[in-house]
Amino acid sequence: MSERSERTGGAAVQPYRREGATGKTLRFRFDGREYAGLEGDTLASALLANGVRAVASSIKLGRPRGVYAAGSEEPNALVQIEEPFPEPMLTATTVELYDGLVATGLPGQGRLADRPDPARYDAVHAHCDVLVVGAGPAGIAAAGVAARAGARVILADERPEPGGSLLGTAETLDGAPGREWAAGEAAALAALPEVRVLRRTTVLGHYDDNYVIAVERRTNHLGAQAPADVARERVWRIRARRVVLATGGHERFVAFAGNDLPGVMLAGAARTYANHYRVLPGSRAVVFTTNDSAYAAALDLARAGVEIAAIADVRHAPGETWVARCAERGIEVLTGHVVTAVKGEGEVSSVEVAPRPEAQGSGGQAREIPADLLLVSGGWTPVVHLFSQAGGTLRYDEELGAFTPGETRQAVEAAGFARGVRTLRECLEDGAEAGRRALAGAGLTAPPEIDVPAAEEEPAAAPAEHVWLVESGDYGTHFVDLQRDVTVAEVLRATGAGLSSVEHVKRYTTAGTAHDQGKTSGLLTGGVVAHALGVDVAELGTTTFRAPYTPVSFAALAGRDRGPLHDPVRVTALHEWHVARGALFENVGQWKRPWYYPQQGEGPGEDMEAAVLRECRAAREDVAAMDASTLGKIDVVGPDAAVLLDRLYTNMMSTLKVGSIRYGVMCRPDGMVFDDGTVIRLADDRFLVTTTTGNAAAVLDWMEEWLQTEWPDLRVHCTSVTEQWATVALVGPRSREVLARLAPGLAVDNDSFPFMTWRDAEVAGIEARVCRISFSGELAYEINVSSWYGLALWEAVMASGEVTPYGTETMHVLRAEKGFPIVGQDTDGTVTPQDLGMEWIVSKKKADFVGKRSFARADTSRPDRKHLVGLLPEDPGVLLPEGAHLVDTSALPEPPVPTLGFVTSSYRSAALGRTFALALVSGGRERIGERLYAPVGADLVPVTVTSHVLYDPEGARRDG
Amino acid sequence: MSPETQGRRTPGADLPDHPDRLWRSAEPKRAYDVVIVGGGGHGLATAYYLAKNHGITNVAVLERGWLAGGNMARNTTIIRSNYLWDESAGIYEHALKLWEGLEEDLGYPLLFSQRGVLNLAHSLQDVRDSVRRVNANRLNGVDAEWLTPEQVKEVCPIVDISPGVRYPVLGGTYQPRAGIAKHDYVAWGYAKAAADLGVDMIEHCEVTGLDVRDGRVTGVQTTRGPIAAGKVALAAAGHSSVVAGYAGVSLPLQSHPLQALVSELLEPVHPTVVMSNAVHVYVSQAHKGELVMGAGIDAANSYRQRGAFHIIERQMSAALELFPVFARAHVLRTWGGVVDVTPDASPVVGLTPVEDLYVNCGWGTGGFKATPGVGWCYAHTVATGEPHPLNAPFSLDRFTTGKLVDEHGAAAVAH
Amino acid sequence: MLLIPCPWCGPRDEAEFHYGGQAHVAYPEDPAALSDEEWARYLFFRDNPKGLFAERWSHTAGCRRWFNAVRDTATNEIHAVYRAGEPRPVIA
Repeated sequence: MSERSERTGGAAVQPYRREGATGKTLRFRFDGREYAGLEGDTLASALLANGVRAVASSIKLGRPRGVYAAGSEEPNALVQIEEPFPEPMLTATTVELYDGLVATGLPGQGRLADRPDPARYDAVHAHCDVLVVGAGPAGIAAAGVAARAGARVILADERPEPGGSLLGTAETLDGAPGREWAAGEAAALAALPEVRVLRRTTVLGHYDDNYVIAVERRTNHLGAQAPADVARERVWRIRARRVVLATGGHERFVAFAGNDLPGVMLAGAARTYANHYRVLPGSRAVVFTTNDSAYAAALDLARAGVEIAAIADVRHAPGETWVARCAERGIEVLTGHVVTAVKGEGEVSSVEVAPRPEAQGSGGQAREIPADLLLVSGGWTPVVHLFSQAGGTLRYDEELGAFTPGETRQAVEAAGFARGVRTLRECLEDGAEAGRRALAGAGLTAPPEIDVPAAEEEPAAAPAEHVWLVESGDYGTHFVDLQRDVTVAEVLRATGAGLSSVEHVKRYTTAGTAHDQGKTSGLLTGGVVAHALGVDVAELGTTTFRAPYTPVSFAALAGRDRGPLHDPVRVTALHEWHVARGALFENVGQWKRPWYYPQQGEGPGEDMEAAVLRECRAAREDVAAMDASTLGKIDVVGPDAAVLLDRLYTNMMSTLKVGSIRYGVMCRPDGMVFDDGTVIRLADDRFLVTTTTGNAAAVLDWMEEWLQTEWPDLRVHCTSVTEQWATVALVGPRSREVLARLAPGLAVDNDSFPFMTWRDAEVAGIEARVCRISFSGELAYEINVSSWYGLALWEAVMASGEVTPYGTETMHVLRAEKGFPIVGQDTDGTVTPQDLGMEWIVSKKKADFVGKRSFARADTSRPDRKHLVGLLPEDPGVLLPEGAHLVDTSALPEPPVPTLGFVTSSYRSAALGRTFALALVSGGRERIGERLYAPVGADLVPVTVTSHVLYDPEGARRDG
Repeated sequence: MSPETQGRRTPGADLPDHPDRLWRSAEPKRAYDVVIVGGGGHGLATAYYLAKNHGITNVAVLERGWLAGGNMARNTTIIRSNYLWDESAGIYEHALKLWEGLEEDLGYPLLFSQRGVLNLAHSLQDVRDSVRRVNANRLNGVDAEWLTPEQVKEVCPIVDISPGVRYPVLGGTYQPRAGIAKHDYVAWGYAKAAADLGVDMIEHCEVTGLDVRDGRVTGVQTTRGPIAAGKVALAAAGHSSVVAGYAGVSLPLQSHPLQALVSELLEPVHPTVVMSNAVHVYVSQAHKGELVMGAGIDAANSYRQRGAFHIIERQMSAALELFPVFARAHVLRTWGGVVDVTPDASPVVGLTPVEDLYVNCGWGTGGFKATPGVGWCYAHTVATGEPHPLNAPFSLDRFTTGKLVDEHGAAAVAH
Repeated sequence: MLLIPCPWCGPRDEAEFHYGGQAHVAYPEDPAALSDEEWARYLFFRDNPKGLFAERWSHTAGCRRWFNAVRDTATNEIHAVYRAGEPRPVIA
């Protein structure tokens, strides 16, 4: 072609652009070359306008591949966007052209960006009476009826403009171009207050109860001009009372030799390029069809200036009107013919047609026809993806040669061609009827009269003949799935291997699993399999239609749940102080807790080991304070509050006196420790329960569940008050002295304010509740104030003298020295209170409590259960890794070596002047004094088993 | 196409060919020595080892749909043996050793790729739990390493280890021998090998009843008629409760949808398998180049092979936390299976109160990786009437004694 | 994403709810009187039918009430919801 050489002459020349095409010129690069296109182009139409035939290469065979379709069903033209930001694998047919687009054709694999995506993404929820999917004739008609009756309507369409099939066919409605009718209707509907028209919005999936997911591409088409503050893509989570699926159809092709060569194209797509994009996909075309629809395409292309060399129709009796119209234009129609070969170097240069084998002898002969374009129509397949996802059954329509919607339990129906309705007039009427039914289904009244625009008279249709493949001795280039390079030969190998399910053939050949998910090829594959097995396509069925309908970016689905919003961050009222003081933080559940406070000063900062030793010393020898606000706090109120707590804790809470505090443990019904904390009795009918930081919500849920589902007779209310209180733990031999200064009105001597009691008092001028409890073994107080005053209290504590702030690590060391377990660290859901050495907390008096029965099971009463014990490494400088295991041999035998247990906590102790650990060890309490070994790397570290209480076992320090 | 794109490799070209003959769907005979209910990976592997290890070939595998069309066709193909408890390590490591020789044994390319599995830790407690598991693994002869964040980055350069992440990577466990295989090929390899040894593959044959006489199972009722059986071995995954119920056997199972997804084919970026419980991700890049990811389990019981979409959205947000480069990758296809979950996240394999009726279920999210191991042990159990030592700990009566094998830490969300 | 009709709040997205498994499994009146087998049944065994299932839900992100639903686990269709303590309705 002489035209093609012109493209090197200047980027603005578009040799295959139809005359009279208008619009702004856009510049883009493809595979390293500069081109020009027009506003309104897709990358595919712009490439075709420039005569670019081979767009990509195939995945397995590396064969050149061109544009095959004109929409999201494109199986071939896969491209990678390079600029403005790399995006892997899009179909050139859905990339709207913009200035500065840089793209390359793909050989099967896309490429991810090596830099962070700067774009924003978001999601919105929407509710409507009627969701209409597809703004083609049926969809617009349905939406129009529903919207004008006052329904809340969402009309979504994947393309940039409404019209659906009208865009490609250039049919008229009420004498005007259908495209104008569609645009006018969409604008009129969008102006209604309860209607939302979503363009560039693909409905991806239908889920239970008419929950529908769509993705709107909001700024992709703007290229580098996309505003940074607008979400690039938006997920629509739509809950619809009724859904109308007006999703139209996909044209399919036929398996014949060389059906993948660039220049082979679906007939309807070529028509769309000529009519809508004002592009000629070639100069001289052969048409190969099994049905009437390709005639309209051929005639439109002929009118646009493409020479139609011949129409090969597999049928002996095509529609008469169509044949007559072809005769008028001098187009030769070869009935009973098929395409037997496509020739050309990298693109079509000639097409061989021949009479069908069974028709041979009727005089026809094979002919080779020079052409640069081969238009194919193997019939049209209704787009039933969403209907099938909605749990709808499919039934085979013999006339259509395709599956159409059957029954569904959901409030979903298909309309127009999506349910096999053929002509434009019928589709409009069907859409309107679907809109009327949707109204009724949504409980609204439909108007008595519905006007639909008048469509052109269509020629009487001759039946299609469902030919899936052109028979041949060599099926090596009869492609059924272009993107996966699957040929009829491979399908036959699969069936020959014994496979009789279309799912197996799909998996054996990979047909239907590519980017297009088999939109143009799925039914064809089924047809070929049926042909090979000698069964009916109807009987064979389809593979499952799975969401998403078209690929959707990870980022769109992630939306705004990224970075800090991936999971909420919870901080205490004192957080800013900790930050300013240079604390390092530990994530505990959603909370940020100060981990330790490295001392700042001259030279290199203090490391964690030094900081923790210093903080521990302060707590043991002087006075230190910790932000304990994150502990869960639940207000348990009501006449039966004590009964509830007696049932949930292993120990007795009803005997607790007002003004006193008791430590408690909760188990699951299986007897395993679930949580622990203190219970404070505020009044006869009121307790404040504290929980571990991570379990606060779970414990509240636990209480609610028992109350509501098992013991609704109990008069108790539970309320989370975690965030209402700020809590400061004041710890150490000097804590009483500091508290006395801060709370001059509070009698702090041991007799007035004994261990495990609480007092209300004014502390630093703030109303406070002070609890005398200790998680360190030292004299200690927990001062609770309204969280609004938390910072004021903390600052007062810090200002009161030499109070050292300490973090969770020091807290862990202090409690471990005393053998206090941390639920979740020294327990793992398989540990009973008895395993922890807390037989004393398991009530013998109570008839029952949650978990009690399980202690009597065979396994929970085994003597060799793992017990919490202490470990002292024989070398007092050696720190065992947490998670190290224990064995009783000084040399490791060959694996498997049964483990005796493992280290749950391990620290350097300032108070002990050495390292120590807590561990869960099989029969541990009976092993006290024994030597065990911890394999650490290549070494076996000898340790001595001890009691888990290593510091102040007499409890002498808690009273100061 | 530019000259440089023409020279690029064709990523689909190096996939192995399938054999020209797999199996032919058989017509059911009137009686078999052993009827296996469920033609998934476990059922097929059991049939193969019954024939190969025990010489029992008068065996039928009954599948209600197309062979291996349930969870075997729907899982994310991760293989590893780095489980916490000795009991679990025993059976999973046995499986991994069999995986290592399986292509040769079956004479079928399985695309078994020992590319390693990383389990990331995101909190100090994660680190403790992970180190505990690494050490447990080593004592059990399971290869395992603890990696620092920098070492994690060396194994998988696209993991974001920066401290600014909501849940930063504090390290990870690594099992180098772990990896992936191609699920369909595994199923077909077993099916072909079993069929070659004389096992009947009976497709589209749903079991609708179990015949029990005097406390002993004697056969099955199916949509294709009754079939007598000397022994019946259940391997029905998500439908185990329903099938066992036909014999009055109740199982401690709940069936839930579990979803997975793939991206389009991408140039290689991800050389291993990464799993994270806290930031709930598990992802690998399959041979053709697609990212294969598992999502979370639906909370509510369901037999719908379809999960809820908010779980996929959550999954994507987690994936981008760890792998920011995935932002513009695309979800090509999502799907769901039905998994049967036990209270301790460990399977039930062994005898039932009904004589000659055996059960293998409760694998939850971990069934694929166990396929050879459990097939081997279950075949032994069925053939001898005694539990194989490796599946003995997974008896039904552990729920009565309380001797559970609690693998929630290792299996709760990740796989 | 199911649309669950909370008996107190009306229809809401599934994401607002917490699932509670089988309904009408009462805590045994006297656990101590049960055999290990009976206790194990209470602890670990729940029905798992393919079909109608009476189950518990808690509207955790709403009214925080527990209630029961009868749902078909084969289709996810919810046939009835009812308040905790009410008998399971008969579904035709």
